[in-house]
Amino acid sequence: MPHYYFDHNATAPVAPEVLRGLAETLGETYGNASSIHYFGQAAKQKLESARRQLAASVGCDPREIVFTSGGTEADNLALFGIGRRKPGHVITTGIEHPAVLSACAQLEREGHNVTYMPVSRSGVADPAHIRSALRPETNLITVMHANNETGVIQPIAEIGAIAKEAGVIFHSDAVQTAGRIPLNVRELGVDLLSMSGHKFGAPKGIGALYVSKGVELQPLLYGGRHERERRAGTENVAGAWAMGLAAASRLDWNHLSPLRDRLERGILHRIPAVRVNGGFSHRLPNTTNLCFEGIEGEAMVIALDLRGYAVSSGSACSSGAVEPSHVLLAMGLSREEARSSVRFSLGPSNTKEQVDSLIEAVVDSVAHLRRISVAEVAHV
Amino acid sequence: MSDLIAVAMSGGVDSSTVAALLKREGHNIAGLTMQLWNQRRLPELTTDETTGRCCSLDDVYDARRVAEHVGIPYYVVNLERQFEESVVAPFVDEYLAGRTPIPCTLCNTFIKFDQFLTLADSVGAKAIATGHYARVSRNEQTGRWQMRTARDFSKDQTYFLWGLTQEQLSRTMFPLGEMVKSEVRDLAIEFDLPVAKKAESYEICFVPNGDYAAFIDSYLGEKGLSREETAGRIMHEDGREVGKHTGAHHFTVGQRKGLGIAAKEPLYVIATDPKSQTVTVGGNDSLLRSTLTVKGINWLSWTGLPATARANVRIRNRHLPAPATLCPLEDGRVEVQFDEPQRAVTPGQGAVFYSGDLVIAGGWIE
Repeated sequence: MPHYYFDHNATAPVAPEVLRGLAETLGETYGNASSIHYFGQAAKQKLESARRQLAASVGCDPREIVFTSGGTEADNLALFGIGRRKPGHVITTGIEHPAVLSACAQLEREGHNVTYMPVSRSGVADPAHIRSALRPETNLITVMHANNETGVIQPIAEIGAIAKEAGVIFHSDAVQTAGRIPLNVRELGVDLLSMSGHKFGAPKGIGALYVSKGVELQPLLYGGRHERERRAGTENVAGAWAMGLAAASRLDWNHLSPLRDRLERGILHRIPAVRVNGGFSHRLPNTTNLCFEGIEGEAMVIALDLRGYAVSSGSACSSGAVEPSHVLLAMGLSREEARSSVRFSLGPSNTKEQVDSLIEAVVDSVAHLRRISVAEVAHV
Repeated sequence: MSDLIAVAMSGGVDSSTVAALLKREGHNIAGLTMQLWNQRRLPELTTDETTGRCCSLDDVYDARRVAEHVGIPYYVVNLERQFEESVVAPFVDEYLAGRTPIPCTLCNTFIKFDQFLTLADSVGAKAIATGHYARVSRNEQTGRWQMRTARDFSKDQTYFLWGLTQEQLSRTMFPLGEMVKSEVRDLAIEFDLPVAKKAESYEICFVPNGDYAAFIDSYLGEKGLSREETAGRIMHEDGREVGKHTGAHHFTVGQRKGLGIAAKEPLYVIATDPKSQTVTVGGNDSLLRSTLTVKGINWLSWTGLPATARANVRIRNRHLPAPATLCPLEDGRVEVQFDEPQRAVTPGQGAVFYSGDLVIAGGWIE
């Protein structure tokens, strides 16, 4: 049975050109980028070349890029790096990734204050609300660029302008957008921006934080003087190289929107009582999050997987079981609606044929699930 | 491709062997683990030992490893909400009402053979298989599904399975019903299952260290109920007050240990009354009962009780079914008249009727 992948917001496959060069980079450029000898210099060159490529892709200076182990570390470095400098106040939203929300919860435990802004029914944070939440002691605003579950894009430039006016540092978790759609840190007005390599063709284990010149971070890790003393630890040269190459290939996922629309329209046309969560908002070109009235999203994910289609629902807890999405709940969906929602996220390798067969599988699956839930109600 | 069967995998030897066995027989199977209870839910009860308990990450890890070893798709499904509603909350309520409930029966009736069966159907599996020790077969003449005790009577679990409906029985497989435990262990070793040597658990899965009272106290605390409200007196059956207690739910009929009373003869709990929070103790003979009434009966192999009939009746899991006469009452309940008085008939426990190895029916002791 063939297996098709429609879960690119969880992670994307390594890009073919990256895959081709990865073994060679690992095998030949094995020096420690901090070493002074030939091997060290070769590694350093690869690292810095990657830094330049990544910087160019988001419109910043290479010195403003700090490589990390991934998006979570980038988010943590941003939040703790600013938050722990002195007691203060952080403004964020209820739809952030756990890498931000859990870090906020930890800041609260350490005595800092955090305000979680609500979002609209369409999943968008309101810049005016954020402005009104500002306090004299506010030292950080953090709002994600695009939401991983709904794909809804947040008004980052507007919030950036508010932050700048208030003199507050502004961080954005751009894990779902960086490397996928055109993005410029200056236009967005961010001081800090998190990126993750594996979302756009690099392997897992590499990420980066853009740190605007002049912003001082308290480090998370203590050790050697790597990354201009902002992130200790021997650099992941091959990972950085891969992330730089993936960023430089400038793969624009905007070309995926017709395919996503084909999937969305196909499903909406064929199945009654389906709603697009965040459907009226500006969204990532590859994502659709659908609420299928009367079905368990978790069951649908398993049923589709057993037929060869990988999609996702809610967020996995430590055991692997699914809990209702905090993002959908924050958008005002009921727990039942949240549990009935399934995310489809496309990537460059998906084809029209795959999408069409996915539509058929979804039609069958929803019909079956609804028959069962009707029988259940009758049974009660 | 044959019809999909969903195997309920707990991470233990029995269900793991079921998965390997069905796979070897050529069935198309998927493994599912039910996440039923968060062991960190009541933090004061959490000990190092809870890590190895039901629904712990270790069990999920084991089940996942077995699924990989067997080569089948594997999923964890979240039934925590349903488990609390259908099993944990009624368990606590029953204890507070002075009865001694059996959550495993509730779990089998409302979770494993209901929610899980539905879930299996949802994902495309018409049948489920579990590692329970019991046998299910169809009476070809009547078309009725029947349940029999396991071939290994020492492992028999029919005491907990009496609540299954005909529909549920028709879609359930118990591949271990014809095996003795040592054969299952041998098979697990033959299949080289990573859990082949894993120890068995006998306790109620969500109650750490078998300490019901601590669990109930802690659950009530979480729900905001005061512990003082449950305090009361311990009375001797002759009318003397012999002690005080902090909650009638700390006691169960037949209990001897932990009463905290000095007496010449051994004393046993013979009744608990939640209304007055009185616990009554007495001698062993006071525990003997010749009759009991059973309510909420589910008829398995028989369709009902048109007239008085003979059966063997089991009133606890490890109780040897005792000969008795079943007398139908007008409202569907059954009065059980034992040939010999039985010790510690406990309200809230199940009573299961057998005819030889056939499971006739089961219900709740009033």
